[in-house]
Amino acid sequence: MADFEVPVLNDIPKTPELAPGASAHLKPFVAAPAHQEALGFPGELVEDWHDKAIAKMGDLLGKYRSLQVYMDACVKCGACTDKCHYFLGTGDPKNMPVARQDLFRSVYRKHFTLGGKLFPQLVGAKDLTREMLDDWYSYFHQCSQCRRCSVFCPYGIDTAEVSMAAREVMDHIGLGQKYCNEIIGKVHKIGNNLGLPEPALADTLEGLAEDVKDETGHDVLFPLDVEGADVLLVTPSADFFAEPHVDGLIGYAKVFHQAGVSWTLSSKASEAANFAMFIGSYENMVRVARRIREAAIELKVKRIIFGECGHAWRVAYSFLNTLAGPWDFLDPRYPRPQHILEFTHDLIKRGGIKLDKSGNQGMVLTFHDSCNVARASRMGDMPGGQFGIPREVIAACVPKFVDMHPDTIGEKTFCCGGGGGLLTDDLMEIRVKGAQPRAEALKAVVEQEGVTHMAAICAICKSQFTKVLPKYGFEMDMIVSVHQLVSKAILLGNND
Amino acid sequence: MAYTSNGRTVEADEEGYLVNIGEWNEELALQIAKDENVDLTPEHWEVINFLREYYAEYQIAPAIRVLTKALAKRLGPDKGNNKYLYELFPYGPAKQACKIGGLPKPTGCI
Repeated sequence: MADFEVPVLNDIPKTPELAPGASAHLKPFVAAPAHQEALGFPGELVEDWHDKAIAKMGDLLGKYRSLQVYMDACVKCGACTDKCHYFLGTGDPKNMPVARQDLFRSVYRKHFTLGGKLFPQLVGAKDLTREMLDDWYSYFHQCSQCRRCSVFCPYGIDTAEVSMAAREVMDHIGLGQKYCNEIIGKVHKIGNNLGLPEPALADTLEGLAEDVKDETGHDVLFPLDVEGADVLLVTPSADFFAEPHVDGLIGYAKVFHQAGVSWTLSSKASEAANFAMFIGSYENMVRVARRIREAAIELKVKRIIFGECGHAWRVAYSFLNTLAGPWDFLDPRYPRPQHILEFTHDLIKRGGIKLDKSGNQGMVLTFHDSCNVARASRMGDMPGGQFGIPREVIAACVPKFVDMHPDTIGEKTFCCGGGGGLLTDDLMEIRVKGAQPRAEALKAVVEQEGVTHMAAICAICKSQFTKVLPKYGFEMDMIVSVHQLVSKAILLGNND
Repeated sequence: MAYTSNGRTVEADEEGYLVNIGEWNEELALQIAKDENVDLTPEHWEVINFLREYYAEYQIAPAIRVLTKALAKRLGPDKGNNKYLYELFPYGPAKQACKIGGLPKPTGCI
């Protein structure tokens, strides 16, 4: 891996000096033919890639009115320029959201507007040259589709949608990204991002039940493929595999156990993530989402609950009905689907579970709002529930909770730096640099408020922080799952 | 990229994971470890051997909890934790140990 300088954390956030081309060398590995073909894309760059790309752009502009509006609406006001964590971390002007969009917009103008066809230089119209295509590949993989810039755009232009469209065009000409496409192929074939086959999953879950029995003396179950369970839990496969994710999974299991609700995991829908959203592929999104429907029907469950996964909750909350509905066979008395935090929060409110904060003694928590939960979904039955519910659950589990600076949380939250299909080793430099704004806000509450841990509700955020926070001098185990805190605080057994 | 082992060329992907896991041998492991700046001690070999045994049975690397539990049994309870694994394999036990052990890279949100 190439060496690079880790940014120095500022006490007061600063807009960096412009550094043209500073991150032009950053691009992820290209998908191999096998990864591409499994998703229905050409194996490698096709010969007539220019014409195919323009045709695909036309197709997307016709299908998605939003994309057409975003292409035409930008007035270059500049409100977005200093809002992207990748710009703040690199200073590369092409990481300003407007400039990133313009890579796509200039080609749009050239081929789809009269002005661009007649007077290209006057309206900033450019053709899709090989150089431009390389810029697309580089800079549309330096966007985590976190949508922070859209919050500040007076027109609400959504850079994430533009970056999804660009990736969809590139996939269709045979220039896909290895990380995302290999993973989506594994979901199609094996059922989850990891490629964790059913026997390994069963073995892992059995081990977890033993661990919890050893630690607590209680028979907390981790059921798999149990027909007739009330709840199907769909959670990221990282919850089975990695730290601190698995501590969150143990927390969900303890909550179900203590609430007396029968639940099951599914080996078919053993993944909440839907990376097809990151590459803008509707067809693949449908295919991934339908596994959940099939599993729910086969297991005859009444409810579906999603575990801690950021973009999965966006897909579940905002798109699941379109992708794989109708969900009329599920119990209408509960949200369809429901977030695990809604479930746990409701139990805390009703006294259905009891918590003892001393289980997390000495901890001072802050909360990292995950971008897809914060800006693309909701929780509970009131506006802002996606911000309030996680905080209330954390506050009920720990001695002290403190928020980071208001410009870095809630709907203005900064991405962890690894979202949108960027959580791959070949993009480590941009991941580290993109984490700078979050690390600065964290440093402030560590120094001023004595924060010891930061909780998150997204598998990508958890893995990203575990890996990159140490570069900024933090301990890797400073990042925790929200249900890990629940797990340590919950009182098991008869507490009447 | 590729490695050379006993005069033979062994193909690897862009990141150094073997393309054909059947071509792995202990000498190759030493070579990959050198590229990764890891000096293989008996404790490293315990991890690598367990990963390979688990992979042979389940076609996937073990989850972190499965691994730490196995290590606690083999090396003692003070060594059965994530922190110790990171001391052995600073770039992450799942990825770096798999690479040195000739296994595919685990993918996903990890």
